[in-house]
Amino acid sequence: MAEIDTIPKTKKELWLKRMKPYFEDLNHTIDLWKRNLLAVIGTVIIALFILTAIFAPLLTPYSPIEQNMSVKLQAPSWEHPFGTDQFGRDIYTRVLYGSRVAVQIILIITFVSGFIGISVGIIAGYYGGIVDDILMRITDMFLAFPRLILAMAFAAMLGPSLVNVIIAISCVMWTIYARLARAEAIKVKKQPYIESIKSIGGSDLRIIFLHILPMSISPVLVQITLRMGTIIITAASLGFLGLGAQPPSPEWGVMVSDGRTFLIDQWWISTFPGIAIAVVVLGFNLLGDGIRDMLDPRLRR
Amino acid sequence: MILVLFGVSCIVFFISHIIPADPVSAILGGNAPEEAIEKMEEKLGYNDPLPTQFYNFITGAVVGDFGVSLRTNNPVMEDIKRYFPTTLELTFLAMIFAIITGLTLGILSAVFRNKMIDQISRIFSIIGVSMPVFWTGLLLLLFFYYKLGILPGAGRIGFFSSPPDHITGMYLVDSILTGNWSAFKETIVHLVLPAFCLGFLATASIARTTRSSMLDVMKQEYIMTAKSKGLKNSVVIIRHALRNALIPTVTIIGLTFGSLLGGAVLTETVFSLPGLGRYITQGLLSLDYNSVMGGTLYFAFVYSLVNLIVDILYAVLDPRMRV
Amino acid sequence: MEARANLLDVSNLNVVFYTYRGVIKALNGVELWMNKGERLGVVGETGCGKSVTSKSVMRLIEEPGEILSGDIIFDGRNLMDLSEAEMRKIRGNEMSIIFQEPVSALNPVMNVGFQIAEVIAKKKNTRIKKQYPAAAEMLEFVGLDSERVMKMYPHELSGGMAQRVMIAMGLAPQPKLLIADEPTSSLDVTIQSQILSLLDDLVSELGNAVMLISHDMGVVAEFCDKVLVMYAGNSVEYASVKNLFRNPIHPYTKGLLKAVPRIGRIDELKAIKGTVPDLVDPPLGCRFHKRCPNVIDICKVELPPFEEIEPDHYVACYNYSSDKGGDQ
Repeated sequence: MAEIDTIPKTKKELWLKRMKPYFEDLNHTIDLWKRNLLAVIGTVIIALFILTAIFAPLLTPYSPIEQNMSVKLQAPSWEHPFGTDQFGRDIYTRVLYGSRVAVQIILIITFVSGFIGISVGIIAGYYGGIVDDILMRITDMFLAFPRLILAMAFAAMLGPSLVNVIIAISCVMWTIYARLARAEAIKVKKQPYIESIKSIGGSDLRIIFLHILPMSISPVLVQITLRMGTIIITAASLGFLGLGAQPPSPEWGVMVSDGRTFLIDQWWISTFPGIAIAVVVLGFNLLGDGIRDMLDPRLRR
Repeated sequence: MILVLFGVSCIVFFISHIIPADPVSAILGGNAPEEAIEKMEEKLGYNDPLPTQFYNFITGAVVGDFGVSLRTNNPVMEDIKRYFPTTLELTFLAMIFAIITGLTLGILSAVFRNKMIDQISRIFSIIGVSMPVFWTGLLLLLFFYYKLGILPGAGRIGFFSSPPDHITGMYLVDSILTGNWSAFKETIVHLVLPAFCLGFLATASIARTTRSSMLDVMKQEYIMTAKSKGLKNSVVIIRHALRNALIPTVTIIGLTFGSLLGGAVLTETVFSLPGLGRYITQGLLSLDYNSVMGGTLYFAFVYSLVNLIVDILYAVLDPRMRV
Repeated sequence: MEARANLLDVSNLNVVFYTYRGVIKALNGVELWMNKGERLGVVGETGCGKSVTSKSVMRLIEEPGEILSGDIIFDGRNLMDLSEAEMRKIRGNEMSIIFQEPVSALNPVMNVGFQIAEVIAKKKNTRIKKQYPAAAEMLEFVGLDSERVMKMYPHELSGGMAQRVMIAMGLAPQPKLLIADEPTSSLDVTIQSQILSLLDDLVSELGNAVMLISHDMGVVAEFCDKVLVMYAGNSVEYASVKNLFRNPIHPYTKGLLKAVPRIGRIDELKAIKGTVPDLVDPPLGCRFHKRCPNVIDICKVELPPFEEIEPDHYVACYNYSSDKGGDQ
């Protein structure tokens, strides 16, 4: 009986506690957000980015893939605002469609690496001892590589393609989240109420899912947002090196690489996809910074 | 660290042997005759059982023998020796640039919080971490080489000049050692753009960390104590605050070195520098196992070494870390 | 205006802090004075502005705080008129301060010897290294084994040791005024009395004036000559220790003394009703009037002046003021 009584109550309390920063002074948060001009700019950029990805076909009459040699290498004009490439494809269209590729990359990688990272981190942090040792040594091994180089090796050996880029980057990103989730899980585990749940016979699984996970997830989520920019840059870098998405995919890194040979006379081929990467990454960084500042108790006062 | 390096070797071996890519047909082409394939497999040792291959790989790696590169036909270690100095020179220069500008900007930003200089440096930082290195490189090339023509575009040294005598393989060091000033000047000129391009990224993260840890430290009570001693502002900031603020910054510098090594791959590609990063990229594109394993492992080794140095620095800076 | 004392005379000190909740009026016309070699205790509840007062005297109030107005006459000069550079010559030279949390008030990356030698070197204008022997002497002076402690780092010190180090650092330049901001409240009770009697001995020997900030009436009674009681950013009562404890006048002081437990005390311990006012939006008039048992009409609209009621006994209360509210 006691258990039935306590659990929902604690759950609710936990939920309230977890939501406290968002909840209790939501107004204050919104206020801070409004005052943080850079965060507002970041939000607008990301919103536009997502809308572009959704509505890409409606925003342009051209196809991103189809070649039209009669209009190749044209400078920016009303017809082709960003110019055309060596196959006569409209750069503007390709940049728009590129946002779809980028959104896919971000969503899948974030989900996969976030899932692996949070699971590994929470299991290591909760169980401690030898489980923790083994999992953290493995994490350390992955962290011993410069990230891009490890991702390159994975991507190349799997064979360059968009799917493999996603796998490769997920393989290197999870470590960051794992470390953070572990630290948080250890912090939560030390709380007295976890002890009391154990004492009334709550199972490990129950404690992990109902208590540790919800309590430790929010800093990890902030970190995940902060890392979305890194993910795009890494994916584009692989594309640029020829180890990622393959032509004719309108992936931005591939497009920059495509335009390299035409840099002197047809600067627009490389420049516009590059701007797209920089702006979107900037958006994520501004937003991430903003979120971090807003949640930082030291800066709230 | 040895344990980590062993693990790193396992990962590298795993990546290159268990993941299904077919280097033999990559080298010989898709429709090579059966015997040729077999012969090649024999030569590469792919017919041995995996544990044997792993044993050979590890024992080789310990003494720096990564086998022969399938692409260049040189022992991989020799290739590394040839290409790594370029990478080292580039990352080192970029790091110096990044540390100097990053620390200066970070400190100024924290001291003049919310003033003009802080805003500028923060915007500079956030742009720095947002620009993809390869694209920054291309833009720099476009302006300084193609449009303005004031800086050279590719390579380590002018096409018609001869490099300084080989001592370390780093042209800057070699030209100083041999007193070859024209080569020194030319190398510097060739390195300005790549080093700036690579350093930009690191500058940004160093400046951000320095700023936030300086702000943190400036709120501590011992800073108030230092001020109550009647010390000059500059003394309070440099002697009392900076030394504490450097502790987290040093960690970031170590971590940033990893992204510099990664970024070096891109920079070398953009500026056609014959460095280890480009060597690996080309190895990857042609599925040249041995050079990839060797090069990747070498990068991980260097990175671990840097992090070891960072750990030591940590103890020097922070007496609480000393045992 | 003639100075009321020959070392320090603070008048009408107003300090505010700008926060997102609004402007905190932390000090609202504080009055305070000290003679050379005198020991003044400043008492009051948490948040009444004791610490802010002590920092203001050294002009160490920083953003988001600001000293709005007031005079701080120290040894014949008005500190408010001095430049930052001139102020630096006074800090750690003629005045020094000891903080509440000794361990966090010491720089964690420097050893103890360096931090003490630094102050002496600054005063004597020499290199820091040259002052290590003097620093060691100071450590011996506060009862520490200098050979061992000189090379120790703050994290290796216990709270009591760290506070001794802070005292050594504060006394090293032989200041005319030593401000001790709750020097014992973070320490264990047994260590507290040790530190206090140490401070007592040293100061008797050196003869410098001490401003002791404390919320502990007992500590003040034991250590000080004079007492200033503060409430919500105002000076409310000032007298010699004897006088104040025997004959408290201000209703707040009376309440405060009733709340102090004492052995052999027979009357009931009484807490003062109500809570400290919010300093963003302090009540009009006397800031104590909402909790005051003897409140009269004028208290609600006008701040009572700080007046000498008896010889050397100053109080800010309309119940005793000669001025019962201007026009009446």
